[in-house]
Parts: sequence; C-alpha cells; structure tokens
Amino acid sequence: MINLTIDNQQVAVEPGTSILEAAQKVGARIPTLCYLKDINVIGACRICLVEVQGAKTFIPSCVAPVAEGMVVRTNTPAVLKARKLVLELILSDHPMECLTCLRNQNCELQDLAKEFGITEVRFDGAKTEYPADDSSPAIVRDPRKCVLCRRCISVCTNVQTVQALCAVNRGFDTLISPAFNEKLADMECVQCGQCSLVCPTGAIVERDDTAKVWAALADPKKHVVVQTAPATRVQLGEALGAEPGSIFTGQMVAGLRRLGFDKVFDTDFTADLTILEEGNELLQRVTNGGTLPMITSCSPGWIKFCEHFYPDLLNHLSTCKSPQQMFGSLVKTYYAEKEGIDPEDIYCVSIMPCTAKKYECQRPEMNSSGYQDVDVVLTTRELGRMFIQAGLDAANLPEEEYDAPLGISTGAGEIFGASGGVMEAALRTVYEVVTGETLENIDFEVCRGISGVKEATVQVGDLPVKVAITNGLGNARKVLDKIRAGEADYHFIEVMCCPGGCIGGGGSPIPTDIDIRLKRIDATYTEDERMALRKSHENPAVKALYEEFLEKPLGHKSHELLHTKYTPRGVNK
Amino acid sequence: MKSLDELAKIKENRREALKIREGFPSATEKAHVMMCGGAGCISSKCLEVVDAMKEALSKNGIADQVQIILTGCMGPCDMGPVAIIYPDATFYRRLKPKDAGAIVEEHIMKGNKIPRLMYRAPGAKEPTPNVKDIDLFAKQKKIVLRNNFYIDPTSIEDYIANDGYAALGKALTKMQPEEIIEEVKKSGLRGRGGAGFSTGMKWAFTAAASGAPKYVVCNGDEGDPGAFMDRSVLEGDPHSVIEGMAICGRAIGAEQGYVYVRAEYPLAIERLDLALQKARENGLLGKDIFGSGFNFDIEIRIGAGAFVCGEETALLTSIEGRRGEPRPRPPFPANAGVWGKPTVLNNVETWANIPEIILKGADAYASVGTEKSKGTKVFALAGRINNTGIIEVPMGTTLREIVFEIGGGIPRKKAFKAVQTGGPSGGCIPAEHLDTPVDYDSLGALGAIMGSGGMIVLDEDTCMVDIAKFFLDFVVDESCGKCSPCRIGTKRMYEILDNISKGKGKEGDIELLEELALMIKATALCGLGQTAPNPVLSTIRYFRNEYEEHIRDQKCSCNVCELKE
Amino acid sequence: MVTCACNASNDELTKQLDRIIDPYRGNPGGLIQVLTKAQNLVGYLPRRVQVQIAEGLGVSLQEVYGVVTFYAFFSLIPRGRHKISVCAGTACYVKGTKMVTKTLKDLLDLKPGQTTPDSRFTLEIVRCIGACGLAPAMIIDGKDVHGRLEPELIPAVLEQYA
Ligand SMILES: Cc1cc2nc3c(=O)[nH]c(=O)nc-3n(C[C@H](O)[C@H](O)[C@H](O)COP(=O)(O)O)c2cc1C
Ligand code: SF4
Ligand code: SF4
Ligand code: SF4
Ligand code: SF4
Ligand code: SF4
Ligand code: SF4
Ligand code: SF4
Ligand code: SF4
Ligand code: FES
Ligand code: FES
Ligand code: FES
Repeated sequence: MINLTIDNQQVAVEPGTSILEAAQKVGARIPTLCYLKDINVIGACRICLVEVQGAKTFIPSCVAPVAEGMVVRTNTPAVLKARKLVLELILSDHPMECLTCLRNQNCELQDLAKEFGITEVRFDGAKTEYPADDSSPAIVRDPRKCVLCRRCISVCTNVQTVQALCAVNRGFDTLISPAFNEKLADMECVQCGQCSLVCPTGAIVERDDTAKVWAALADPKKHVVVQTAPATRVQLGEALGAEPGSIFTGQMVAGLRRLGFDKVFDTDFTADLTILEEGNELLQRVTNGGTLPMITSCSPGWIKFCEHFYPDLLNHLSTCKSPQQMFGSLVKTYYAEKEGIDPEDIYCVSIMPCTAKKYECQRPEMNSSGYQDVDVVLTTRELGRMFIQAGLDAANLPEEEYDAPLGISTGAGEIFGASGGVMEAALRTVYEVVTGETLENIDFEVCRGISGVKEATVQVGDLPVKVAITNGLGNARKVLDKIRAGEADYHFIEVMCCPGGCIGGGGSPIPTDIDIRLKRIDATYTEDERMALRKSHENPAVKALYEEFLEKPLGHKSHELLHTKYTPRGVNK
Repeated sequence: MKSLDELAKIKENRREALKIREGFPSATEKAHVMMCGGAGCISSKCLEVVDAMKEALSKNGIADQVQIILTGCMGPCDMGPVAIIYPDATFYRRLKPKDAGAIVEEHIMKGNKIPRLMYRAPGAKEPTPNVKDIDLFAKQKKIVLRNNFYIDPTSIEDYIANDGYAALGKALTKMQPEEIIEEVKKSGLRGRGGAGFSTGMKWAFTAAASGAPKYVVCNGDEGDPGAFMDRSVLEGDPHSVIEGMAICGRAIGAEQGYVYVRAEYPLAIERLDLALQKARENGLLGKDIFGSGFNFDIEIRIGAGAFVCGEETALLTSIEGRRGEPRPRPPFPANAGVWGKPTVLNNVETWANIPEIILKGADAYASVGTEKSKGTKVFALAGRINNTGIIEVPMGTTLREIVFEIGGGIPRKKAFKAVQTGGPSGGCIPAEHLDTPVDYDSLGALGAIMGSGGMIVLDEDTCMVDIAKFFLDFVVDESCGKCSPCRIGTKRMYEILDNISKGKGKEGDIELLEELALMIKATALCGLGQTAPNPVLSTIRYFRNEYEEHIRDQKCSCNVCELKE
Repeated sequence: MVTCACNASNDELTKQLDRIIDPYRGNPGGLIQVLTKAQNLVGYLPRRVQVQIAEGLGVSLQEVYGVVTFYAFFSLIPRGRHKISVCAGTACYVKGTKMVTKTLKDLLDLKPGQTTPDSRFTLEIVRCIGACGLAPAMIIDGKDVHGRLEPELIPAVLEQYA
C-alpha cells in the first residue's frame, strides 16, 4: 500500500492508483472533463489539476499515480484559480448555445461552468469553426462544441475498434473527424452512438427525431403505433431523473398512451419471435451442415461492423432481422390485416436504447411490408425529452399494460437487453424443443454478466452446444479473428455491439458507465423473474401469430418478412 | 572489429596520412584544403569555389597532390565560404570562385599566402593567417566540435585517426557497465537539449529499470528556430554521436538505437547514414563489437516537421509512427520509452560529449566549466551581431565575452538591446545582465534558459513586443493541440499581443497576459506549453515600457509594428 | 520528387507504392517513413495513396490521415514544381523575413501555402533551415539555400527556376 496525505487526510491505497481515485477515498471530489475511467486517461483537459508538494507545476490527478509520502492539496485557492482559468479558456472557444443545445442541463461542460462560478469570459478571440456533419441518420457532430477530450476517439478506437474518428490537424486547428472530412454516413462508422454516450458536451449527439413523432401524433389520419425495446424500461427512469436501475415499464406504457400513441406494443414480443426463428435456423444449420458457428443478428451496429470489417464472415450471420425490424414488417402486414387498417396509414415508432437502429430502419432491405417497415426510431434519451415536454410526471403515473397482441411477451424477450440475454433465451427454447423436456433451472448464469467474452458449453440432449457471447465490438473482433483462423468450434455466438449489450446502447441515458450498466442489468433480470412466462416458445401471441399468419418458423412468409440478407461493404471505399 | 589492435592499426595507418593537418609537410601531398560544407557556406556557394579550385588544380597538374575535403560548419558562417589550408593552417574567408586560381597558384604552389582573403581582427592592421591565432576561435574551447577543423566527416578513418572509437573500445573491453555510468555521472555532464538533467543519472535510471529490450535514442530534432548546433555536429562529426550512443548501449544493456533527425536536414541525414554504413562495415556497429559480445545498431528516423516532436515523449511516439503528441510523465522514458520499453534519450550534443568523457576521464572533463555546469556549450550566434555562426565555449563564459569578443559586437554601430536565449522556450536578457556567466542556473535566475543553444542578439532597432509576438506565433503554430491551456491559451496570448502591436491594446492587457502566462506555465501538459509564455514574461519583465508605449500611445519607437492598419 | 507519378498510370503507381510499403507491410511503426517516401514519389499524399498505405501497414485510414495532417512536411494537395521555403526562424526574422515574404508576395502574388496558377512555385514558411548565419534565408526545392537576401536580389534567384 502507498501512504499519502490528501487535504491533510492520511490515506493508503494500492500502488498504481491515481491521485483522483485516491482523493475520492477521502471524500475529495476533483472535477474532470477528459477523463473516462479505464477508457480515456490522457491528461489532456487539465481540469483535474491538484497541487503536489514539491512539484513545479500543477499535477493532473487523473493520470498521476500516487507516490509514497506524497502531499496533495485538491482545493487551494491557487488550484481553484488555475482550474477556473483553464475552463475560461475552454469556454472562450465554445459557442454559448446552451439554451438551444440538446445537452442543455445534461452537459459536463455546463456543469463545470456552474460549479466553478464562471460569470465572464474575458477572451474574445477566434473560435473553432468547422461545419457540422449531419449526414448520419443516427448521430450529429458539431465540432464547434467539441472540447477535444478525445473520449469519442478512445471509445470508437479502443472499445469498438472501428476507428471512425481521428484527431486531424494540430494546435488550435485540431478537429475530431473521420479522414478527409468524410461524412459519417459514407464510411465505416457503425452508427453505434457510443461516442455520443461518452461525449461530455453536445459535440456528438443522437439525431433528434422527436419532431417527426410529434407530427405523426398530430396527424389524425395516422394510426401511430409504438414498440419499446427491452432495455428501454430499465433506462427511461434515468432519463427522467430516477436512480439507475429503476424499472419504468408500466409508467412508460402509461406515458406513451398519454402522448397519444394509438397502440403501445413491445419489441419483447418480436424478441420472442426471433428466438423461434433463430433457434430453428440454428437447429437446421447443425443438422444440415450449414455454416457454423452461427452468429446473432439483432444488433444493427454489429451487422454494419461485420459488413465492413469481416465481409468474408457474413454467411455466419443468422438471416433473422432484428426484433425491431421483425416488428415493423409484422405491424404493417399481420397487424394491419388483422385490424383492417391500411398499412399506408400506420406510422410505426420504435423506442430504442440504440442510435444504430435509426440507421437500420432506413436500410433498403427493411421495406418488406411494401412500406418502410419502421418509420422512425427514437432513443431512450429522446423519449425522455418527449415525456418532459409533455409534462408527464412518469414516476407518478399508474403502471399500465402493453396492448395485445404485439405487446404480449415473456421474460426471455425481456433479457435481450443485456449481454448474454439472447443466448440465454435461445437456450431456454432450444433445450426444450430439442429434448422435449421441461427445463428445470432456466437461469443460465454462465450467459450473464458484463465481461467482454463469455464462453460456455451447454448440454442439450446428446449435443454439447458450445457457445460464446461478446459485447463491445473490440471483443467481437477477438472471436471473429478466431473464426477466420479456423480456431472457433462454437455452434452459436451472441454478438452485441455495445458494451454490456443494449442496456448500454448508444441511445441510453447519459451518463452510462460500468456501474450504471450493472444496475440496469440487475433490473433486467428482475423484470425477467417478474414475468409469468419466461420462455419464448410459450408466448401465446407468438403461437397465435404462427397459427394465423406465418404458419411455421422459417416458412415462406417468415422468409419474406422476418429474414434478410447482408451487403459486404469493406473499408476505405 | 574484433579487437583494440585492429582499431589501433587503422589509426596508425591513417595518422600518417593526416600528419599534414597537424602541420607536418608531406612528401607526397602539397595541401589539404578543408572547405566548410555547412549549410551556411553551401548557400554562400562554397561548392562553386570547390569546382573552381579543382579546375585550377587540374590545370596546374597537381590535382593528385591536393585533397579538398568538405567539412561540417566551421563556425563563422557569416564569413563563408571559409576554408583552412593545411599544412600551414591558413584560414581564408569570403571565398569566391575567382579566388581559386590565386589559392592554387600562389598559396599552394608557391607558398605565398593571400592576405586579402584572410581574417582581420576588428581594429587590427594586419590580417591573421593561422587559424589558431584568430581571436574569434581563441576564446572558444572545442570538445563537442573537437574534430571539425580536422576531419573529413565522410571518412571513418579520419575519425579513428583522431582517437575515434577508442572510447568505445575502452568501454567495451576495459569497463563494466556500472563504471561507465559512474564516469558519466562524475563528469557532471548535463543534457544539452534544454532541461539540463544529469546524463549519468538518466542512464542509471534506465539501467535499473525493468523491462527488455532497452533502447538508446538520439534527439536530433533541433526545432528551436535560430539554432543549428546539432546539425553542425551531425554534418561535421557524425561518428561522435554514434560512438556515444553505442557506449550508452553498453552501459544500460541496449542493443538498438534510433537517431531522430528532422527532415529539414538532408545533408545531416546523408552524412549520418553514410557514417552508420561505415561503422557497420568496420564492425563498430553490429554483432560482437570489439569481440566483447556486445551487439549494437542504430536506425535513422526522420521527423516530418513538428517542433513538439523534440519533446521526449512526443519524439518517442513519433518514432512509433504516430502523431507526435506528448503524454504525461510519469512514466518517464527511462521506464517506458520507445515501444513502452526503458529508453535513454539524449540530445545530439550530449552524445558527442560522451566519447571524450570516457576516453579522457570524468575529471578532465569536469575541470572545464562551472561548479554546477560542466564542460562546454555550443551556441548558434545569430541576429544583429557581426560574427554569426557556431561557437563552443566553456560553461561560465559571460554573455559579454560571447557577444562582444567572440561575436564581434553589433553591426553598424547600433546599441545592444538584449540577447534571447533558448528560443521559444527561453527569454531575453538585457544589457544590464551582460556579465552573467552562461550556465544553467544563472540564466534560469534571469527568467531565460540555457535551452539548446540558440542565441539571438537584438539591437536597439528590435521591438520587444514584436519579438514576443514572433515567438508566440511560433508556438501557436507548433502546439500539438492536445491540452487546453496550451492549445487555447497560447492562441489567446497571441491575439492579445497582436492587438497591442496593432494599436488596439487595452488597459489591463499586460496584466491579463501575465495572468495567462503564469497559468499556462503551471498547467500545460508538456514542456512546450510550460515554457511557451517565457518570451512574453521576460520581455514584460525587462521592457514593460515598450508594451505600455504600444498600448497607451499607440506607438512603436522601433518602427517595427504597423500600429495603424 | 524523384519521379512525378501523377502521370504514371494508376497500376504503375500502385506498384511503385507497393515497393515502398513492402518492407513495412503489416508494421504500423513504419507509417511516417512510408509517407515520407510516398510523398517524395508522388509529390503529395492524395487519398488513394493514403488508402494503399493504410491497407499495406494494417492501420485505419483515420490513423494515416491524422498523422498526415499533424506533420507540416506532408501535403494533401499537389505542389508546384519548385518549393520556396522562406525561413521564419528567429535569426531570419530579426534580419528581415517580413521583407522576403512581402517581396515574394509582390512578385508571385502568393500567400504562404499557395501555389502559382502555372504550378511553377509553391510558397511556404519554415522555421530555421540552419543557415542563420546568412539570415534572412530561404531554401528552394529543399536543397538550394539562398542567404543574405535583399529585395533586389530575389528576382534573379527566382529566374533560376523554370
Ligand atoms: C517542445 C520541446 C522541444 C524540444 N526540442 C528539443 C530538440 O529539438 N532537441 C533536443 O535535443 N531536445 C529537445 N527538447 C528537450 C527534450 O525533451 C529532452 O529533454 C532532451 O532531448 C533530453 O536530452 P538531454 O538530456 O541530452 O538534453 C525539447 C523539449 C520540448 C519541451
Ligand atoms: S486534468 Fe483532465 S483528465 Fe485529468 S482529472 Fe482533470 S479533467 Fe480529468
Ligand atoms: S455543449 Fe454544453 S456548454 Fe455547450 S452549448 Fe451545449 S449545453 Fe451549453
Ligand atoms: S439563466 Fe440567465 S441566461 Fe439562462 S435563460 Fe435564465 S436568464 Fe437567460
Ligand atoms: S457511432 Fe460508433 S462507430 Fe460511429 S463514430 Fe461513434 S463510436 Fe465510432
Ligand atoms: S466530440 Fe465530444 S467526446 Fe469527442 S473529443 Fe469532442 S467533446 Fe470529446
Ligand atoms: S437488439 Fe437490443 S434494442 Fe434491438 S431489439 Fe434486441 S434488445 Fe431491443
Ligand atoms: S447492442 Fe443494442 S444498442 Fe448497441 S447497436 Fe446493438 S442493438 Fe443497438
Ligand atoms: S503543452 Fe502544447 S504541445 Fe504540449 S501537450 Fe499541451 S498542447 Fe501539446
Ligand atoms: S480529466 Fe484529467 S486532464 Fe482531463
Ligand atoms: S556553414 Fe561554413 S562556417 Fe558555418
Ligand atoms: S533562422 Fe533562418 S536559417 Fe535559422
């Protein structure tokens, strides 16, 4: 242990601990801006400076390791003054547009300005003026608001290994951007939005599509239906000020009704459906010698990643559409027919923890109903804003139930939102379908948790099924490289683009960090346990769907409506 | 090379051939013409002089009896092209192609030296023929530049003849690694790249660091505008750097070195590359050097135009092929350098001192200089001064001696105003401090720094606001942009200065500049930002009145700033 | 500029670049060296050159572009046949860099960073070319140093470069 003094308090910490972390132990909160635990530790912004006895300059606490006998002061007038001047400089190169900024009241820079009591910026020199990139359906970049903390680059490069962004130029002209100022829409960016999740300011935000939804709700001709992704119910509360881990399922349904949606449905329903289609696809591949391992396909960020970086492995992907897209094509066919509504009049809104789904719904393949299957995707953050705008006090709304039939679901559908959930749901079903026996213990603990690569062998009848589960694209890469090298003997792999799975998706409430992800995961499994039905093949509405409409898994209609194909895209094209 | 005997043999053979450069007439050769081939002299067209001379030699049928050797910068660039003619060591300056005939026919063939081409000390009636007698050189002491009047930088034999690689031989065959480090520590050598950290200590830390392999790096980025000492060493005596690095390799247990040279120095790169080849051919790099089992080799890495890459962590990143952005220290390169491995990084001039220390001993080295600053320092003298060029003086020489005795004072009878040391990281020193001895601590106390050795002399016509703005313009251009205080702060300082220089300054600007300057120094990530405000602070400290004049009276007494747009 | 590859057919350029890349294939550490050589070959670093280098060394185009735009030596746009680099190092500055740039600007109607419409000259500002003793100085085509410049002398210097 290393002993040091911080603000006159003795503290002992592990070697390698940063001053910042050590200070937290004695209750000293040091402000930060560029720092992002475990992801971006570069000491660039200089907001976290402290005084260390004997040092010639102030020391950035986020990067500086503790040393034996160190004497640290975190809040001397000199330190506070230096931090304030650094912040004043940052603000002198920032458009002061808080009132019209998506991150208003949820912005680390704004918080710092308030915390430091900035009342004046004395420098009126040049400001960074680069044009915004709003080419992407998922995210919008406005470099004027960028503080060059590089958190986005770190997450895109090190966590997602996409490397869509880099620092361009140098000095005051530094810009965060793709090479050659390419548009995010035209390159390898997978639209996962993880950058928007970590950006401390409004420099990268989700594309705000709420206006489209308000317009649809105002249009009397439109039959507006909404689907909510599994993860959203354990996220929405946070967007409205509740503690991480709060479950807002019933309140969300109630609020959506009050916003004026004609039907409130659940993506959990098509998640159950996905299990039947995908499970059967797996069984077919195993029996008929199809391409193995088979890999899940419900994460559009992951799909785009595979199309760019592993186009040679596309035949490993399940041909199943994501649950949100299955929902879209069913709502404009099955549901329209059933209710006698002209599909043209149906407006399908998705609430997703995800920015990539904004991109996904615009893919040309996603028109199997004859219309754009899903009209618009809102992230959890956007839905939160709609609730606030509409004056919905969500916490005090009565809990309401989803509409039938597309709102009927099981716990298996629910756990799709956490990494390992799709696998666990599939195992619950495949086991019973293959063995014909009832599964005693349906909790597959091996699938759960936040670690990047999970592996397990599950005995299904005679067959030891080898599975792998990854979250975060950097981890997907590890498994994909194994496949490429011919070293992967898995049957089935679950890949989720975002760290922790959808509960940590790019459209999640901000902040989202490891601890918050874990709380959402816990909430997810709590929801699962609360459900009466917890296996997809037991979902009565799904059974009815097959009986009334689809006939059987992997049948003709299924192929038309629920399955898709992929486009090899490559890089640097 | 497998043994010291082999080295001794090369030395013996070559010494004979070089006796002429020690003043002994030779039976077979009439003269060696050491023609300065430094950048300064090349731009003064020394190559045309060489051609004319070759022609004259052929015409007179003595081409095979005279060698013309292009050396590195000899120092007095302002007098270029310059040459020394051996055996009589006559120093000629301001040579023109048309002088070639006279030199060959009169001097070389008949022994009649040519007074009009010789140097004449200020106020002296008679010119000074022998290079050894020239006042300009008399005050200097050459350790780093020990070879540059004598050897052909493209000849490894010339280097060996002047005791080259003897220090490496000694280090490999007679010394333990710890002894080498001890010797370097004892010499008191401090890094010549700017910060002045003890070289021996740095080596000791790296030797003690865990992690393998280890690396040795030479910093030849020399980005300080107005400085070209390292260039002169690399062009004039590249083997001295190679030898120093190899000795360090032995001391710390490294087998690979890198020399990082800026792309703007093509001749230095060419000479160094050639020297590396020759060292390999002679077994002075490569496997089992001197039969000691020690392996060492060096690669060149070329900088691509970024001043910040002189900063050590940025340089290491640049060697790895990435954007040269500094990173926080710790970890220091001694623990995590190139490829994350323990690395010693020293400046070109630092390296060139090493062989001398090992060969002649730490005590001999430490006898030169002051108590805390040992040895000599090379400076690039430039600006409003008569003798511009490269000089090497013992530490502790006063600024007055440098400017007025070696540098010949200010041209056109103008008054001296200040000398700026340390370039964009340094500060200016006004007339009242001319008697300050040049060493790390004395300069630091004045708010200037030793820096890498750029020394720019400013006269009464220089506007100090303009000079401060010049340096800030430079750092704004060269800031890597990683940390906020430097990226935005230097820009804001520049903007304030720019306003002042355009007659748009406001009351309070000086105080705001000072506030910003002190904050940037205390908060920036790397040395660039931490020192960037120095020129402003020091010009405010000594010439505040000039700032006030610009702001209050919208006037520039030196007529440099265009106050009305 | 060893050969002007702009005119070489694309296949030929690809081959020549491959020859530069080969020693470093799959080794990101060679990026700056490869870029330097590629720029010497082509004269500048257009997108397709950067793409080929990125793929050859196994790094992303973003990584390459970030490096290219960091270092002053690299250029994204074609340069003139002759590069005039005016020294704005300290020694030259105090002895008249402003005069040199102004004269060049008047003669060539060029700002630093620009190229004449006839592609004859590109003008750039550099910091110290190591000829401080001859300040103010400029260097043309990276090798010819012209020192002790005065306004009247500059036209004759330019004459030498067609
Ligand atoms: C912005 C900046 C530029 C530097 N440029 C150089 C340089 O061009 N050459 C050099 O040797 N050291 C330079 N240094 C100092 C190096 O970081 C380092 O201290 C030095 O090379 C170590 O060698 P030494 O101990 O032999 O001096 C620079 C430092 C900074 C902060
Ligand atoms: S200096 Fe920057 S990185 Fe370090 S703690 Fe402060 S805000 Fe974070
Ligand atoms: S990014 Fe933050 S500080 Fe900037 S305008 Fe938006 S809310 Fe305000
Ligand atoms: S806080 Fe001040 S600036 Fe902001 S809206 Fe209110 S009155 Fe206006
Ligand atoms: S959306 Fe994802 S892939 Fe695209 S830039 Fe952001 S982090 Fe990278
Ligand atoms: S875009 Fe956001 S995350 Fe990226 S560097 Fe700028 S402020 Fe930081
Ligand atoms: S992948 Fe995630 S967001 Fe998409 S449907 Fe499944 S759980 Fe919902
Ligand atoms: S993991 Fe979920 S949130 Fe992330 S891209 Fe995939 S579907 Fe969207
Ligand atoms: S001080 Fe300047 S050069 Fe150094 S890291 Fe900060 S921005 Fe880069
Ligand atoms: S938070 Fe430590 S430097 Fe940015
Ligand atoms: S270049 Fe010849 S003396 Fe300096
Ligand atoms: S300052 Fe111009 S050559 Fe050095």
